[in-house]
Amino acid sequence: MNVTQAARLVAEREIRVKLRDRTFLFGTLFFLLIAAAGTILPPLLSGGPSTVAVTESAAGPLRAAGLEVRVVPDDRAAEQAVRDDDVDAAVVAGPAVLAMDDAPDDVVNALSTQPTVHLLDPDAVDPVVAFLVPFVFAFVFFITSQTFGLQIAQSVIEEKQTRIVEILVAAVPVRALLAGKVVAGAILAFAQIALIAVVAVIGLQIGDSGGLFSLLAPAIGWFVPFFLLGFVLLAAMWAAAGALANRQEDIGAVSTPVQLAVMLPFFAVIFLNDNDTAMRVLSYLPFSSPTAMPLRLFTGDAAGWEPFVSLVILLLAAGAFLLAGARVYEGSLLRTNGRTSLRTAWRERETIG
Amino acid sequence: MTRTLRLDGVDRSFGDRQVLKNVSFEVAAGRMTGFVGANGAGKTTTMRIILGVLSADAGEVSWGGTPLTRQDRRRFGYMPEERGLYPKMTTREQVAYLGRLHGLDAAAARRATDALLERVGLGERGDDLLETLSLGNQQRAQIAAALVHDPEVLVLDEPFSGLDPLAVENIVTVLRERASAGAPVLFSSHQLDVVERLCDDLVIIGDGVIRAAGSRQQLRDSYTVPRYELVVDGDAGWVRDHPGVTLVELDGPRAVFDLPAGTDDQPVLQAALARGPVRAFRPVSPSLTEIFREVTQ
Repeated sequence: MNVTQAARLVAEREIRVKLRDRTFLFGTLFFLLIAAAGTILPPLLSGGPSTVAVTESAAGPLRAAGLEVRVVPDDRAAEQAVRDDDVDAAVVAGPAVLAMDDAPDDVVNALSTQPTVHLLDPDAVDPVVAFLVPFVFAFVFFITSQTFGLQIAQSVIEEKQTRIVEILVAAVPVRALLAGKVVAGAILAFAQIALIAVVAVIGLQIGDSGGLFSLLAPAIGWFVPFFLLGFVLLAAMWAAAGALANRQEDIGAVSTPVQLAVMLPFFAVIFLNDNDTAMRVLSYLPFSSPTAMPLRLFTGDAAGWEPFVSLVILLLAAGAFLLAGARVYEGSLLRTNGRTSLRTAWRERETIG
Repeated sequence: MTRTLRLDGVDRSFGDRQVLKNVSFEVAAGRMTGFVGANGAGKTTTMRIILGVLSADAGEVSWGGTPLTRQDRRRFGYMPEERGLYPKMTTREQVAYLGRLHGLDAAAARRATDALLERVGLGERGDDLLETLSLGNQQRAQIAAALVHDPEVLVLDEPFSGLDPLAVENIVTVLRERASAGAPVLFSSHQLDVVERLCDDLVIIGDGVIRAAGSRQQLRDSYTVPRYELVVDGDAGWVRDHPGVTLVELDGPRAVFDLPAGTDDQPVLQAALARGPVRAFRPVSPSLTEIFREVTQ
């Protein structure tokens, strides 16, 4: 049996155990509900024309605009209907629009004429979407790498804490254990995101915002490879952090650097996403490129060659971190008395045959 | 084919502390070899080096005459000192998983697991989560985990600790079967009476140095100072004054005494018979505990 086969067995076990874990299953279900609710509900809630109280003589244009018209005998009755909350608005002589606390745009629009608008750059991104998409990308990467990274660390600690690691290390190379865990984490994370994405896309169709999907598709296409490599990078760090700890309680202390490596890029992308120079830099740095580069592609700021360069940098970084992570992992996995310092783990590795 | 597991001049230090000094011994095929020593004497470190979980600073572990490789070790069965299996997996599942990590295919691992769990008395609890089992049953599961891939060599660190006498018998039978099938079995224990009853060969370690190694009988013979027990009808106190006798113990009619090596024991018997009836006169073999005390002091 070679390293690949051993890693596969390890990954299979990790996945099988996770798929029976209630916390994981409920977490996934929760995200699915949020995705469904977030895409289906807003159009439904904002939908529905306003109801307007008006006298018969002025009802014509409002009916034509598709509003729900309630005919009242006079303006006084119209005002009363608004005050009683029977209707959203009333139109009285003037014409003037009465409403409680919120100007009813559709009623106003029905009574006014608007100039024709010619869009000169019809592909430009809707500002609302432009605000939401970076947030969603950064959030998805942040949440997934955090959750699944933490799970990798916990699984490493579990093996250390129960000492089964000694049997495992005697049977298979340490590299295979590390690889199996990282692969299993990546598969689970990716499957979860894919599931959520499918639900979100279906939700967009149901909510009739399908146009957004075609806008997002290319950015999502790039998000996938960036996400995978970025995840491997962080997973290697998480596994090494887990190996340094000795009990689940230590995890907070050993994982602080990893948490920062996840958190800082997240906030950087969220807060600097309309700063061109900052985003250009972030889209090449290994920890932030998984979210920053697909974003620049989405907003159309990046040239065609840029994602490739950034991806190569990320690939090299992920490789380097995997090697470094494996070394720390090997150096600390069998030290079961107390926390291991990074320095000891790096220097005093057992040359396990 | 019979093969021998052999350690040759193994050294190991942790920091400034040398815990193994030039450790050499053999575990012969088909023999149960007991490995005894005080806490901290180096038993666990030695076993970890055999399994490749720790590396030796110097020296070599060989199997059948060639240095051990990872491939060889995969066919070893190992039970570490500190027990541990996955608490959230069923026994059946994790024993089969460990079988697969040791190179069995899925079907073979399942078959071996079913047979073994039955054998160690866990057949009915096999589908319970490990954490729900009693400590004794977890120990049985641990032994099943070490045996699932039908290992060529068994290295077991304290396999009997925490087991009730019935369970000890059960596990002993299972281990004996493996030994008679030709596997060298090395097991450590601090329960010297169990070791005495079980082992064919014995290795005694103290402060990282092998103090004695050999077959049980050999060790007995070589560490026996000629010692005798005498029981007479009257008081046996006179033995003290018999030429050459060193009295070890005196309890009314019963006396235990040593004679210098090579001394004829019969004159003592004749002297006793001259004084009256003799109920017993026999040489006494030292117990393992006594040998252990002697070699580790």
